Amino acid sequence: MSLRIGIDIGSTTVKVVVLDEQNKLLFRSYERHYSKARERAAETLRSIQDKLAGQQVRMVITGSAGLGVAKTADIDFVQEVYATAAAVNQYIPDTDAVIELGGEDAKIIFFGGALEERMNGSCAGGTGAFIDQMATLMNVTVTELDALSLKHEKIYPIASRCGVFAKSDIQPILNQGGRKEDVAASIFQAVVDQTVAGLTQGRELKGKIVFLGGPLHFLMGLRQRFIETLKLDSEHAIFPEDGDCFAGIGAALCASDYGEQLFDDVLDRLERSVDNVGLVDTMPPLFENKADYEAFTARHNAMHPPAVDIHTYTGDAWLGIDAGSTTTKMALITADGGLLYTYYHSNLGNPVAIVLEQLREIYQMCGDRITIRGAAVTGYGEELIKNAFNCDAGLVETVAHYKAAAHFNPDVDFIIDIGGQDMKCFKIRNGAVDSIMLNEACSSGCGSFIETFAKALGYSIADFAKLGLFARHPVNLGSRCTVFMNSSVKQAQKDGASVEDISAGLSISIVKNAVYKVIRAANADDLGQHIVVQGGTFHNDAVLRAFELELGRNVTRPTIAGIMGAFGAALFARDLHREKSTILTAEDLKTFSHTAKPTTCNLCTNHCSLTVNTFDGGRRFVSGNRCSRPLGKAKVENPDLMVYKYKKLRALEGKGSGNGVRGKMGIPFGLNMYENLPFWFEFFTRLNFEVVLSPESSRKLYLKGQHTIPSDTVCYPAKLLHGHVEALVDEGVDAIWYPCMSYNNDEGIGDNHYNCPVVAYYPELLAANVPALKQVKYLDPYVGLWRHKDFGKRIAQLMEEEFSIPKRETERAVKAAYEAYDAYVHDVRETGKKYIEYAREHHMPIIVACGRPYHIDPEINHGINDLITSFGFVLVTEDALSYLKGYAPRKVLNQWTFQSRMYNAARYVCTQPDMQVVQLVSFGCGTDAITTDELRDILEKGGKLYTQLKIDDISNLGAVTIRVRSLMAAMEARDSRQ
Amino acid sequence: MAELVYDKTGRLLFTQEMKKEYTILFPTMLPVHFGLMARIIETEGYKVEMLTTNHRNIVDEGLKYVHNDTCYPALLVIGQLIDAVKSGKYDPHKVALLITQTGGGCRASNYIHLLRKALVKAGLEYVPVISLNLSGLEHNPGFKLGLGTLRKAVFAMMYGDIIVQTANQVRPYEVNPGQTDETIRTIEDHLLSEMSAGKGLSFKSMVANFDHIIAAFKAIPVAGEPKVRVGVVGEIYIKYSPLGNNNLEQFLLSEGAEPVVPGLTDFIIFKIYNREVDVNIYGGKWVKKKACQVLKGYVEKCQRAMIAAMKKGGFRAPGTFEDLRQLIKGYLGEGNKMGEGWLLTAEMLELIHSGTPNIVCTQPFGCLPNHIVGKGMIRKLKDDYPYSNIVAIDYDPGATKINQENRIKLMLANARGLAKQEAEKQQHAQEQEAVHA
Repeated sequence: MSLRIGIDIGSTTVKVVVLDEQNKLLFRSYERHYSKARERAAETLRSIQDKLAGQQVRMVITGSAGLGVAKTADIDFVQEVYATAAAVNQYIPDTDAVIELGGEDAKIIFFGGALEERMNGSCAGGTGAFIDQMATLMNVTVTELDALSLKHEKIYPIASRCGVFAKSDIQPILNQGGRKEDVAASIFQAVVDQTVAGLTQGRELKGKIVFLGGPLHFLMGLRQRFIETLKLDSEHAIFPEDGDCFAGIGAALCASDYGEQLFDDVLDRLERSVDNVGLVDTMPPLFENKADYEAFTARHNAMHPPAVDIHTYTGDAWLGIDAGSTTTKMALITADGGLLYTYYHSNLGNPVAIVLEQLREIYQMCGDRITIRGAAVTGYGEELIKNAFNCDAGLVETVAHYKAAAHFNPDVDFIIDIGGQDMKCFKIRNGAVDSIMLNEACSSGCGSFIETFAKALGYSIADFAKLGLFARHPVNLGSRCTVFMNSSVKQAQKDGASVEDISAGLSISIVKNAVYKVIRAANADDLGQHIVVQGGTFHNDAVLRAFELELGRNVTRPTIAGIMGAFGAALFARDLHREKSTILTAEDLKTFSHTAKPTTCNLCTNHCSLTVNTFDGGRRFVSGNRCSRPLGKAKVENPDLMVYKYKKLRALEGKGSGNGVRGKMGIPFGLNMYENLPFWFEFFTRLNFEVVLSPESSRKLYLKGQHTIPSDTVCYPAKLLHGHVEALVDEGVDAIWYPCMSYNNDEGIGDNHYNCPVVAYYPELLAANVPALKQVKYLDPYVGLWRHKDFGKRIAQLMEEEFSIPKRETERAVKAAYEAYDAYVHDVRETGKKYIEYAREHHMPIIVACGRPYHIDPEINHGINDLITSFGFVLVTEDALSYLKGYAPRKVLNQWTFQSRMYNAARYVCTQPDMQVVQLVSFGCGTDAITTDELRDILEKGGKLYTQLKIDDISNLGAVTIRVRSLMAAMEARDSRQ
Repeated sequence: MAELVYDKTGRLLFTQEMKKEYTILFPTMLPVHFGLMARIIETEGYKVEMLTTNHRNIVDEGLKYVHNDTCYPALLVIGQLIDAVKSGKYDPHKVALLITQTGGGCRASNYIHLLRKALVKAGLEYVPVISLNLSGLEHNPGFKLGLGTLRKAVFAMMYGDIIVQTANQVRPYEVNPGQTDETIRTIEDHLLSEMSAGKGLSFKSMVANFDHIIAAFKAIPVAGEPKVRVGVVGEIYIKYSPLGNNNLEQFLLSEGAEPVVPGLTDFIIFKIYNREVDVNIYGGKWVKKKACQVLKGYVEKCQRAMIAAMKKGGFRAPGTFEDLRQLIKGYLGEGNKMGEGWLLTAEMLELIHSGTPNIVCTQPFGCLPNHIVGKGMIRKLKDDYPYSNIVAIDYDPGATKINQENRIKLMLANARGLAKQEAEKQQHAQEQEAVHA
C-alpha cells in the first residue's frame, strides 16, 4: 500500500497530513491560508516534495472550503465530518461523541449505534471566527484572550446565537467597567452554550467525548469551559495530540478507498488549477479611474470646521465626550465651533482610563489660557464617564449627532451614523429628530466587521479599505448579517476572488445592509435631500463611495465624521451657557482612582448584572441596573399594567373554588397560556383539579430544557416552554394540559383569528422532543374556544374519555370558565383605564407596550417595563386599548388575534396626544416581519413616533435605553415645537 | 387604454378591458405544472406569461421592497414579479400580476398584500394584482375561471405530477443526456394540443393519457446501477422552485443521487381536507364539509388512477393521500394545518417507509410552521427509524450555496455509509447462513 495524503481546507486554515501504511503520522501541518487556500496547500506539499516525488500516493481533500479546490484540481473529495468520524474510529475507537470547532463550523458527531452528525446551521456563529472577532473587539490577541479567561471570577450571560448578538452584550459590560478576565471567560462560555444548545438537539452529550479542531486545540480556557459545563473528568474529556488536524488525518484514512496516482501529477494539477476559476456574481467598480477618486476626495475634504491652535488660543472652550461602544471620541471647541483638540481611539475596553489620560493632556495644553466652561457626554458609556468626571450634562446620541450635523448643514433632513458596532439613522423634521432607526441586533455588521476581516486577511483596516477603491470586479456578498457574510466571503474565496474585490464587496454590502435592512428605503428620495453621513466607518472612502453610488446622489461627510458625536456634545455643552464647568479639575485628577467590581443584584427576578464603580473619595456609580433599588433607593412604582397582569395570572394556581380531589393538573406558564389561563384555571378547578403552574420563567429554567430544543431559530418565548414542561414533570403532576390551538378567540377586529404557527402547534413539538413527557399524561388536543357550544360538546367528550367526568359536570365548568375569562378581560381593561386616569391626573406621559400576552413575562421582556416606568412613564398594554376601536381594513391580511390587537391599540394611540407606542418584538418572530411595517405605517400616518424594542434570550439594556431616551427626546422636541 | 377601476375597499381591479390589453405575469414554482396551467389560461383568452427568470436582481428587488425578515419565498416571488415589470420587456401599464393565495394561519397568506405594498413602494401601484385561490377571495370582473377551467387545472396538476415523478426516475439513468427533458416537452405539446382541441377532458381520456405518458418514459433507454435515492420535502415553494432552492435537484443529480420529490396532488387534497377537519374539530356547517368531501373524492380518484398507471409501467408510485393520513398518527394531529402542516412530516414518513430514508428537508430561514413539522419532528423520526438520514437546510438571501451543498454532501456521505453497512451486514448474514448450512 502507498502513502496517503489528506488535505483539510477550512475557512481560515489548511491542514496537510501524510500517513504511512500502518496509519502512522509521517507529516502534519496547520497553517492559516489568508484566503489563498489552494496556494497554501500546494506550497506545503512542495515543501515535502523531496520525500514524495516519484511516488504513487492516494490523496483526498476535505473541508468546507475544499470542495471547489477538489473540483477544479480533479482530486477526490470527502465531506469533513465524515472524514473526522473515520479518524476517530481509527484512533479513539470507544468514543461516544466528538465536538469539533473550526474557523466557521461547529460540529458534533455522535457515535454508538448509527452515526449521527450535526453541523451548525446558517445562523450559528459560536466558532473560531467568532472568537477571533471577540478578541479584536477587546483589542487582544486570541492567545491573550485565552490567558485572560483563565483568571476569571464570574461569568456574564452572553448571547451565544451569533457573534453580532454577543458583541452587543459584551460592549456594555466593557463600557461599564466589567473585568476583561470575566468577559473573556464569558465569551468561551457562550461558545460552549451555543455548541451544546444548537447542536445536541435533544440528544444528550455523555460518555467519552473527544474535542477536536484548532480553537479547542490551542485555547485552554475554552477547554476548561467545556469540561466544567459538561461535568467531565479527565478520562471522559479527550484532547488528542493532533486534534487540530483530525479531519486531515481522516481524509488520509479515507484515501484508502480511492485510486493511486503519481505525487508529482497531483501536485501539478493542484498548482495549475488556479487558472480555472471564474467569478459568478460581481458588481461595477467603485471608481473608474484616479481622476474620479481625486474629485471625490476634494469634494468631501472641503467640509471641515476651522482649526484653532490650542497652544496659542486664549479664551473659553467646551468639551464633548462620546464614549462609544468601541471607541472614545473627544472634541474641545471654541464658541464658534473651531476645533482646538480632537481625539479618536479604541477604548481598549476601558473608557475611564482613556478619558482620564486625555483630560490630563488637555489640561496641560490649556494651561491658564483656556477655561473649560462646560463638558457633556454622550454614547454607551455616558453615565459612567459623566459620574466618573462630574461632567455637566449627558445627552442621548441621536441628539448629539443632530447638533453636529446641523452645524455643517443647517438644512440637513437625514443623518446616518455608522460606527464600529451600531448604526443610527434618523430623519429631521421641523428642526427635531424624527423616525429613529437603529440597527436590529441581527444586522449590526457595521464598521468593526470590516476591521475584523481585514485583520483576518492580514491587513490593517486602512490598507484593506484602500485596496477596494479600484477593484475591477467587486464581489456581491449580499446584505445580511455578519455570519452570513463570512460564508459569502468563503464562497467568493472559493471562486477565486481577489482580496481587492472582496474588500470592495464588503464596503458595498455594509452600505446595502444599512440602506435596505436598517433604513428599509426603496430609493434615495425615501431618505432626504440633505444627507449627512458620519461615524468612523464613513472615513472609509470605499464605504462612502458605495453609499453615494447606491443612493445615486452626493452626501455630506464632514472631515470630522468620526467624532461628530463628541463635537455635537461639545456644542450642547456650549449651549448650556454655564459660568463654570463642574468637571474634575487638573488638581482633582491627581488623586483620581477607579475600581470596578462586578456583582449580581438579587433584589428581584431580573438578576441584573451590576458593575459597581468606585472612585476616589468614595464616589460610587452602579451600572447595569434596571431600577433604582440596588442604588439603595425605593423602586419607583409607576402604574405598570404588565406587572399587574403578571401578578394576577401568577395567582391562578391551587384548588380555586373546587376541592382538588381529581388530582394535580399541570399547566405550563408560557405562550398563549398568558391569554387563556384564566379560562383553564376556572375550568379545571371547577372540575376539582388542583391547578399547578410551572415555575416562573428564568434563565435557569431555560437552560433546564435547552437540550431538547430542535430548532435554534425559533423565538425565545417558545424555547422557554421546554423548561416549563420538564419542571412540571419534576413536580409530579398527574397530567399536563397544553392544548393545540390553530385559532384563538375571535374579537371581531381582524380578518381572521388565528394563532401563529408556533403558538398553535408547540404542544406537539414538545410531545415529540421532550423525553420526560413520556412519564406523565400529556394532553395536547386540538381545541377551539371561539365556538362556545361546539367547544363545550367536544371538551365534555374528551373529559369523559380521559378522566371519566360526567358530561353535565364539564358543561357547567365550561360555562364558568367563559365567565371567568370575560371577567379577566374586563378587569384588565378597567385597570388600564384607571392607570390612564392616574397618568393624566399626574401629567405623566403614557407608553403603550404593544406585544403578545406572553411579553409580560419578566424573563422574556428582561424588565424593560421597569426601565420604561423608571423614566417617568405610565405603562399600559395593547389589550387594554384594542377594544376601543372597531374593525378596519388593513393593507396586510389581519389574521392573527394577538396581532390585531396591536393594530387597534396603535390606531387608538393616534387619537391620544399623551400616548406613544413601544413595540416589543421577539427575535425570530415571523409574524412581526409583517406587523412592524404595518404598525409603523399606522403610527406615522397618525403623527406618532414608532419605537421598536427587539428582545431575545439575552437583553441588551443599553440599546433599549437609547431607544427609549431617543423617544423621549423626540417627544420633548415635538412638545416644544407645538 | 384600460381605465383603472377600484372596488370599495380601494383595491385595483382587473377589468374586462384589461383582459384584452394586458399581459398577466406569474411566478414559477413548478415549471411543468405551471407551464401547463399557463397554456390552459391562455386558451380562455388571456395573455399570460410564466416567469422563468433566475438572476441576482430578483433577490435584490425583493430585498428592496419586502421586509427582510419576511420569508424567503415572499421575497423571491415579489422580487421576480417586480424585476419583470421593470425589465423593459413589457409596458408596465399593460401588465397585471397573478399570485396564489391560500388563507391559512401562516405568513404565506400575506404574500398578495406584501406584493401590493411593494408595488406602491416601487411606484407601480397602477399594476393590478389578481388573486388565484379556492376560497372565493377578491373577485375581479375581468378574471373569471369557470368550472371547466378548474377541471382542466386539476388535470394539469395530475399530468404535471405524473410527468415529474416518472421523469425523476428516468433522468438519472438516461443513456442519451437530455432525452428525458426532450420527452417532457413532447408530452406537454401533445397534452396541450389535445386540450385546445377540446379533447382529453374526461376522466377516461386522462387515464389513457397517463398510459401514454408512462409509455413515453419507458421508451427512454436507461442504464447503470441504482443510485442513492434522496427525498426532497419542505416548504412548498422552496421545495419545488429551482430559484428558491438553488437548483437542488440539479445538484443532487450531479452528486450521483436520484431525487425523489413528492407531488403537488397531496398538497391540494390536504388543503381541501383541512376544511373538513376544521368542521370535525371545531364544529361548523355540514354542507361545507360535504362539498369538500366531494371535491376531495374527485381528486383522490384521479390520484389513484395515476398511481395505478405508474405501477403498471414498472415505476415506483407514491402512496395515496389516505396512506399519508394513516402514517401521521402518533406524530401530529390532523388539525396541524398551517403551511404544509402534518403533510410535511407524513411525506418524510412515506419516504422512509418506501425505502428512501435519505431526505433533504428544505425551508426558508425562520419558517414558522417548519419549526414544528420539519425540524421539530426529525428527532422523533430518528428515534423511531434509526436509519433515517434527514438534513434540514435553510434558504434565504444570505445563505450561501457552498454551506448548503456541504451539508447535503454530509447527508449523502452518511447515506452511502449506511448503504455500505447494510450491504456488509447482509453479506455477513449470508456467510453465516452458508456456514450453518
